Amino acid sequence: MPEREDRVPMSSLLHVEELKVYYKSVWGDYKAVDGVTFDVFEKEIFSIAGESGCGKSTLAEGILRLVKPPGFIAGGQVIFNNVDLLKLSEEELRKIRWTKLAYIPQGSMNSLNPVLKIKEQMVDAIVDHCPEMEQEEAEELAYSMLSEVGLPVDVAEMYPHQLSGGMKQRVIIATALALKPQLVVADEPTTALDVVVQRGILQLIKMLKEKYDMTVIFISHDMAAHAQIADRIAIMYAGKIVEIGSIEKVFEEPLHPYTRGLIDSIPTIGRRNIKGIPGVAPSPLNWPTGCRFHPRCIFATEACSKIEPPLEELENGRYVACHLYR
Amino acid sequence: MNEQALLELRNVSKEYRVGALLLKRTIRAVNNVTFKIPREAYAIALIGESGSGKTTIAKMILGLLKPTSGEILYRGRNISEWIRKNKLEYYREVQPIFQDPYSVYNPVYRIDRILKVTAKKFKLAKTKEEMRSLITKALEDVGLRPEDVLGRYPHQLSGGERQRIMLARILMLKPRLIVADEPVSMIDVSLRASFLEKLREFKEKMGISCLYISHDLHSASYLADTIIVLYRGCIVEEGPMEKVLSEPLHPYTQQLLSSIPIPDPKQRWKEQVNLATLEAVSALGRGCPFYVRCPHAMERCSQEAPQLKELEDGRKVSCFLYY
Repeated sequence: MPEREDRVPMSSLLHVEELKVYYKSVWGDYKAVDGVTFDVFEKEIFSIAGESGCGKSTLAEGILRLVKPPGFIAGGQVIFNNVDLLKLSEEELRKIRWTKLAYIPQGSMNSLNPVLKIKEQMVDAIVDHCPEMEQEEAEELAYSMLSEVGLPVDVAEMYPHQLSGGMKQRVIIATALALKPQLVVADEPTTALDVVVQRGILQLIKMLKEKYDMTVIFISHDMAAHAQIADRIAIMYAGKIVEIGSIEKVFEEPLHPYTRGLIDSIPTIGRRNIKGIPGVAPSPLNWPTGCRFHPRCIFATEACSKIEPPLEELENGRYVACHLYR
Repeated sequence: MNEQALLELRNVSKEYRVGALLLKRTIRAVNNVTFKIPREAYAIALIGESGSGKTTIAKMILGLLKPTSGEILYRGRNISEWIRKNKLEYYREVQPIFQDPYSVYNPVYRIDRILKVTAKKFKLAKTKEEMRSLITKALEDVGLRPEDVLGRYPHQLSGGERQRIMLARILMLKPRLIVADEPVSMIDVSLRASFLEKLREFKEKMGISCLYISHDLHSASYLADTIIVLYRGCIVEEGPMEKVLSEPLHPYTQQLLSSIPIPDPKQRWKEQVNLATLEAVSALGRGCPFYVRCPHAMERCSQEAPQLKELEDGRKVSCFLYY
């Protein structure tokens, strides 16, 4: 079987360069995303994994330029289709959002308007981002999208409270994909759903991605979910990416000690010796010096507490930020 | 044979009334549930998805809700009697761990107070020094440094630390039974392992039994001796942990197990789950609650509900496939 890295070189749809997103506070800046660089290739599912507080949701907001005060973008570039999104005007950005760049925020299934019918909400969203579209056309699109996600058409006439969590999440997916965006950023799209429904939603995302030739950035804390659908994965820790690689390689041979720990701490049936990672996650107000993982790392040396290891390409397509590999 | 069980639920049901006037209806959150925790040092995992009634069962055991019918016995005595007559003693022996480590703390008090109030209320220490050493020891035993957490406010601690303070509190009390409702769902994966490890240690070294309530079979398998699977308020399967996981009997348990993502890109799901049937709800109100979702549904299943039946090997399942 050919290795993923050996395939034809893929072209980069999104290039994020040294992106920094901070939050202002009276104690100083919270450096939630602190210099992150990666590429997302066309038609892949690019996963971003990490634990709560590592900055993965903030990173999504940074890419889409949806950071709200007290948050601000402190530097970097987000090149999408050869255009730096951070340099666009609000108006220019508005034209790209939803038509080219869709976002499924965390918990969005609970953000449906309770007093509007599903159809009205979908049509509103479509017309809002695609003003040239007629009402009827938008309505038709809404119906066809509902059937794309496997919902019966009568859902269009229902209100959110009549739907289950999984159905609401599918309405959100149907709306986000209505204008056939090139890139979809999905932040924890299956948390708070039951396992069987979660499986259905993940499979749906993968199926629609193939069908529409989309690119997906899939953000989740759940390593097992990544293993099921991702092509490549980036591991975040303390506002930085510590490792990037193909999903097979990262699971087969995790390089960064944090990635190793994350994979080892997944509870699996029949495995009674799951290990955790000692210590607790550091505060974004005051990241540790040197490698940010060094206080919890069993391999830490003197150098790790002083010099911050950069994210470097080790072999074709495998990046790691760790002194062990330098 | 007739040894007194630590905790026993006998035909427990709980109904909620919702709506008003003409739209009034009752929802059966828990339907005729019977099970027992036989003894000390025993863990039962209660597994179910949202709406399966698992939290309602926890609340009834803790005396926060009254069953509509049936009875709950703790060491042979009805718990409403326990709570009426020996409330303090009951809570000394039966302690909860809740899902959200953020909401159980009063934000204006320091961590010290939570532990001191516990010590005072349950009269665990006679002198101040005794109390101090009790608290210090409990914190150290759960892997926290007393100087790091004492004097601080709940918001200054991480979710994992807060959950561990709950464990320290439990350690001070040394109850016989812990009722843990989704205790790890809000803590990070890397910290879950040590939390589960502690619960297992409590069970194995101190003989504390545990009712572990979760939607997550993986974490349950780490601790449980027996697994009980709930679906829409009914027990659909009960059996020894290894058996249920390696050879699930009920079609729902089978679906649940095959849907848990395996953390290995080489073992990906093959067939597509049919979301349309998943969320369908039986309109009939009779028959097996799993009927509409069941791949093996038969005519009979739509007409009558199967009872939980004990098989030859002692496992229990409520499904006509095994009648």
